[in-house]
Amino acid sequence: MAILSQLAFISIVGLFSYLIVKRIQKIRSNIRFGRKNEIFPDPERWKNLFLLAFGQKKMFKKPIPAFLHLLIYVGFLLINLEVLEILLDGFFGTHRVFAPWLPGSYAWAISFFEILAVLVIVACLAFLFRRNIVKVQRFTRPEMKGWPALDANLILVIELTLMVAILCMNAADQLLQVQGHYVSTGKFLVSSLLIPLFEGFTPTQLMLLERAAWWFHLVGILAFALYVTYSKHLHIFMAFPNTYYGRLSMKGKMENMPEVTHEVMLMLGLPVEGNKNPPAEGFRFGAKDVGDLSRKNLMDAYACTECGRCTASCPANLTGKKLSPRKVMMDTRDRMEELGMGIVEGKTLLGDYVTHEEVNACTSCNACVEACPVSINPLDIIVQMRRYIAMEESGSPAAWNAMFQNVETNFAPWKFPSQDRFSWAENIK
Amino acid sequence: MAEIHIPTVAELASRGESPDILFWVGCAGSFDERYKRVTQAFVKILDKVAMNYAVLGTEETCTGDPARRAGNEFLFQMQALSNIQVLNGYGIKKIVTACPHCFNTIKNEYPDLGGTYEVVHHSELLQQLINEGRVTLKGGGEFSGRKITYHDSCYLGRANDVYEAPRRVLEALDAELVEMKRSRANGLCCGAGGAQMFKEAEPGQKEINVERAEEALSTGANTIAVGCPFCMTMLADGIKNKEREADVDVLDLAELIAESEGL
Repeated sequence: MAILSQLAFISIVGLFSYLIVKRIQKIRSNIRFGRKNEIFPDPERWKNLFLLAFGQKKMFKKPIPAFLHLLIYVGFLLINLEVLEILLDGFFGTHRVFAPWLPGSYAWAISFFEILAVLVIVACLAFLFRRNIVKVQRFTRPEMKGWPALDANLILVIELTLMVAILCMNAADQLLQVQGHYVSTGKFLVSSLLIPLFEGFTPTQLMLLERAAWWFHLVGILAFALYVTYSKHLHIFMAFPNTYYGRLSMKGKMENMPEVTHEVMLMLGLPVEGNKNPPAEGFRFGAKDVGDLSRKNLMDAYACTECGRCTASCPANLTGKKLSPRKVMMDTRDRMEELGMGIVEGKTLLGDYVTHEEVNACTSCNACVEACPVSINPLDIIVQMRRYIAMEESGSPAAWNAMFQNVETNFAPWKFPSQDRFSWAENIK
Repeated sequence: MAEIHIPTVAELASRGESPDILFWVGCAGSFDERYKRVTQAFVKILDKVAMNYAVLGTEETCTGDPARRAGNEFLFQMQALSNIQVLNGYGIKKIVTACPHCFNTIKNEYPDLGGTYEVVHHSELLQQLINEGRVTLKGGGEFSGRKITYHDSCYLGRANDVYEAPRRVLEALDAELVEMKRSRANGLCCGAGGAQMFKEAEPGQKEINVERAEEALSTGANTIAVGCPFCMTMLADGIKNKEREADVDVLDLAELIAESEGL
């Protein structure tokens, strides 16, 4: 029986590990659709990773959700120590393998995890309340209808259920300890309060309950880990590389296009020898599809957990325009996933997912970039689509085309004769 | 009063001299009727402190900022590379400008194309002049008790982390500085950035500049201080939209200093 259980355990862990590894490889290859970024190492990157991802610095711009989020985050990190015990028990066919090694302190450790579990439950309930009862505005925007809203609720419900399973498991375990069936560990702080619920149970029923909760927790965690890779919840991993690879330059700086520099220097009759960046054959100026974006842009899309702080701070979105930076990130991810499944023909990011109207509404104010807790840059994607519209489609709004013409002929965006440029200096007293 | 002479770099070069600092006027500062007054106020201050500065005059052209933000990278780089040739040709080392868009582009984007200069926004230079005692504000006077709110322009604030200099300048005026709810890194755009200045807004429920003007008015300030030509236009229009132009002024930092100095 024990051997069967161990075999089942190893098969389940093996199967999920295989599926998760496959999925990680898929995500990696999807990100590699993008152009290679040149990213140089810098101590600042570790600082960003530590402060923004590990320390959640930007989350605290909104203290209440930041606090609730912190509870789940700390719970997730620390309760995984208990999962380690579950894994070892499952593998070796033991029961509470750590207990003999920590005489006296084991019950305290489990009690501490139980308190965390309760805090996670409280935070999940509060988040469900905010999403479904209070209906916080940024969670009810048009791009959140359907799957994104369901995804968010599923995550919260799964986390909640996993925590309840742990508490039930521990409560049953303690009853079995008292009855002498399981090794005695001492009282667990929270689950001991649940004991009255199970007092009428026979030892067999209790064992069944304890084992069921144990398996549920194990399979639940593995299934959740796999689910996360398909979900917005992937931010729990992607936040770390994403903050590390985030831009270090001033937010106002837009990336230079060296391929354009080559062409322009030729046009201006400037020497181009040594310029290592002539545009490759078939080079596309700007971004029409995800393959034209950079790998960091695509990593951004996987790091987005759709919190909507970007959209809530976007001046265009706030005043009723169609642009939503969060939608741009969600669209980028959806298109990338589609491309990863081999759906190549017919569709592109610009046009089928993001419209010209959305792209044209951006004021490049960087509010979205500033708002993102995990260093996502929607503006960079928007600008690259504008470049495609302007340089490949010649499809910029008419007023912009007129502005371009003014800059070319009068060297100012307005139609003033350039010889009048210095007339402001006359008669200053 | 004698007419102020505005030195050009070419004029200095013909005498074998060069300016310590180039004042990059920008297109709005050169052509926009309203912003020309800011340019004039700023040169009056520079003249008063006997700064060794010069302008490019008719040799200056658009930095290319609106072209780049609208996606026309070719046109941006045409402008940038031409300007860099002129600036490098004159051996310019330091630049001041009253336009955050010019400031951002020259400071952050020209280095990739071979133009590396020390670039400061005029609020930073004004703060420095005040700190050095070269601009001495009388205090008391007409500004005491006047409520001023400062609008962070995106390209100065979030884009370049310049939040304090404009505020220090306003504090030196001995005015009451009141903050809007969305300020500093959380400041709300005036609606003109990203080349929106040069086209109509996309369809929506409200104009961004009206949203921001409402926020500025809600502080009870009777002066809205700005440091950007586009923000000035947008907020002035927003104030007009709320029919408050009679009692609320939209003024640049340089104008406030010049006014306080009696220039």
